[in-house]
Amino acid sequence: MRDPSRPASDLLLQVEDLKVRFHTLRGVVHALEGVTFHLRRQETLGLAGETGCGKSVTARSILRLIEPPGYISQGRIAFEGRDILKLSQAEVRALRGSQISMIMQEPKMALNPVIRVGRQVAETLLIHQPGLGRRAARAQAVEMLAQLGIASPGRMARRYPHELSGGMAQRVMIAMMLVTRPKLLIADEPTSALDVTIQAQIMELMKDLIREIRTSVLMITHDLGIMAESCDRVAVMYAGSVVEEGPVRAVLKNPRHPYTRGLLKTVPDNANPDQPLFSIKGNVPSLLRPQTHCRFAPRCEEAFDRCREEVPPMYSLGGEHQAACFLHHRAAPARPAGGVGAAEAG
Amino acid sequence: MNGPGRARGSGRTLLEVGRLQVHFPLREGLFRGRRSVVKAVNGVNLDLARGEILGLVGESGCGKTSLGLAVVGLAPVTSGRIEFKGRSLVGLSGRQALERSRSIQLIFQDPYSSLHPRKTVCQLVGAGLRIHGLAQGPRVDALVLEMLERVGFSLEHLYRYAHEFSGGQRQRIALARALVLKPELLILDEPTSALDVSVQAQILNLLKELQAEFNLTYIFISHDLGVVHYVSHRIGVMYLGHIVELGTTAEIFLRPRHPYTRILLSSLPSLDPDNPPQRQVLEGDPPTPINPPPGCPFAPRCPEVREICAKEKPELIHRAGPDGHLTACHLSSA
Repeated sequence: MRDPSRPASDLLLQVEDLKVRFHTLRGVVHALEGVTFHLRRQETLGLAGETGCGKSVTARSILRLIEPPGYISQGRIAFEGRDILKLSQAEVRALRGSQISMIMQEPKMALNPVIRVGRQVAETLLIHQPGLGRRAARAQAVEMLAQLGIASPGRMARRYPHELSGGMAQRVMIAMMLVTRPKLLIADEPTSALDVTIQAQIMELMKDLIREIRTSVLMITHDLGIMAESCDRVAVMYAGSVVEEGPVRAVLKNPRHPYTRGLLKTVPDNANPDQPLFSIKGNVPSLLRPQTHCRFAPRCEEAFDRCREEVPPMYSLGGEHQAACFLHHRAAPARPAGGVGAAEAG
Repeated sequence: MNGPGRARGSGRTLLEVGRLQVHFPLREGLFRGRRSVVKAVNGVNLDLARGEILGLVGESGCGKTSLGLAVVGLAPVTSGRIEFKGRSLVGLSGRQALERSRSIQLIFQDPYSSLHPRKTVCQLVGAGLRIHGLAQGPRVDALVLEMLERVGFSLEHLYRYAHEFSGGQRQRIALARALVLKPELLILDEPTSALDVSVQAQILNLLKELQAEFNLTYIFISHDLGVVHYVSHRIGVMYLGHIVELGTTAEIFLRPRHPYTRILLSSLPSLDPDNPPQRQVLEGDPPTPINPPPGCPFAPRCPEVREICAKEKPELIHRAGPDGHLTACHLSSA
């Protein structure tokens, strides 16, 4: 988590007005409709939302992993001030793995089944630091595995992915992604495929390690509990845009967008079993048409005429808390430059 | 069965499971010569009253699914008893097996693979009625429509295919398919795991309404403690083929007695950033059910383990607390 003594202006990543489209047989899918957020150094930002809201597309855009029929039609992704979207293929490749790493949901799908896991971890190092030498790389890989709480890391390094349990494979994956000490780690549902006790283990380990190597994290998850525990700030996405953003405590304790409020109420964990669970009526809208109004309006109990006519801008709600909802139309609009403007306004 | 595992309340017992073992022989290694046994369910006692919702929780490989499959006859019973309304379900065939398949229905986790892709909703839901001879001709369609309307569909959906529906809608089709046969016991195997939380809420509400409306009995299998807490009357916590703790939902959540239950509950992430859980992190991975340890199945990972635990398997009996609260732990009586 973030050290509060650091200055607030050191932005690592700025995503601005990002639009991603996919050409399909049924038409153009407007997957991202102007996503804007920022991430500071050593900060953990949670990206929350349900299936199809664009969390993973956002993450993949940052690594320029959107492939045809998808393409980034508009926007800017500034990593340490450089626009990733303008880099050459070679420059992006140099960034991936060394500066920006990504942990996938299914570790076994991401590991090469025919190479021993120790070599896979060491290989990541060798690609980005060719001068290191095999022996040194291997030693560092084993040390990384040890840091992830693996009891006999030397023996683990000689195993193949199919010999590992899900939890072990995810540790190897994390080791592989953090061994180069990247500045940004994108974790796409890192524990969703794991059991709760293993999830708890991995989350604790990740927290320690992230603090130690001072990595910023973009944590993508649908589990609001994980978000509450591991993130400094959260951005809630719905149907291709960020609808609410702010410090984790503000968003979870005082949600200001009707969708966030609904999402929190549908979680059964603290619900009274004698009453029906709150459920958001209706279904997620089709993304085949570009956004012309609030995409949540058809399901929103508080929607009024304006919601069906205009796209709501982000309104600043004090501090860094902002929501894209006309209910707050009296509040000052948040400046598009992400948190810098919001921080000054608050 | 007397005492242990006795169902809550005065309701008649619908299902009794006694010392159930489900073992799968395994041949591995070069030439498949090495034999071992996966003891998926290894001595489970359980009673279920009519109208009850029993939650079964546990991590992958704990045997919760195998237990459910054994009750519907889809997993081999190695030994033990399963009695439904006083009659044994073990080794049924022919007409009796058919009758069981009507009165005990199973809902699967993945609504994307449990519905036939080339059949219309009407055919999917109506197939059971024909197989069991419950209706013929236009009567089938009438019953199907009635049930589909109950779960939130209308006439226009009758001739569509499964791929035209979302995950939540498919799960409702699966429910309609089960309920149209007027079953008494429903085994729900992770019915909402593949769904988003907002859709999950709709399905959970529907499940509770249907349970009350048709006086159904549920075995609700899930790894999600929040969901089980919301739905169940009683909860059985499973670990490595055993039920290690059984009690009312309130008892399990407020006064867990088995160390594993306590760790499981503390692993749940808290939604309140000001109130993080007092986490006990469990060391190591869950052991495999291949040749499990002889004593308490949890002993190798238990933070409170004693000498006796590795030698003697603790029975699931009442040790302390209210009557129905059973624990399989040597230390729990203290």
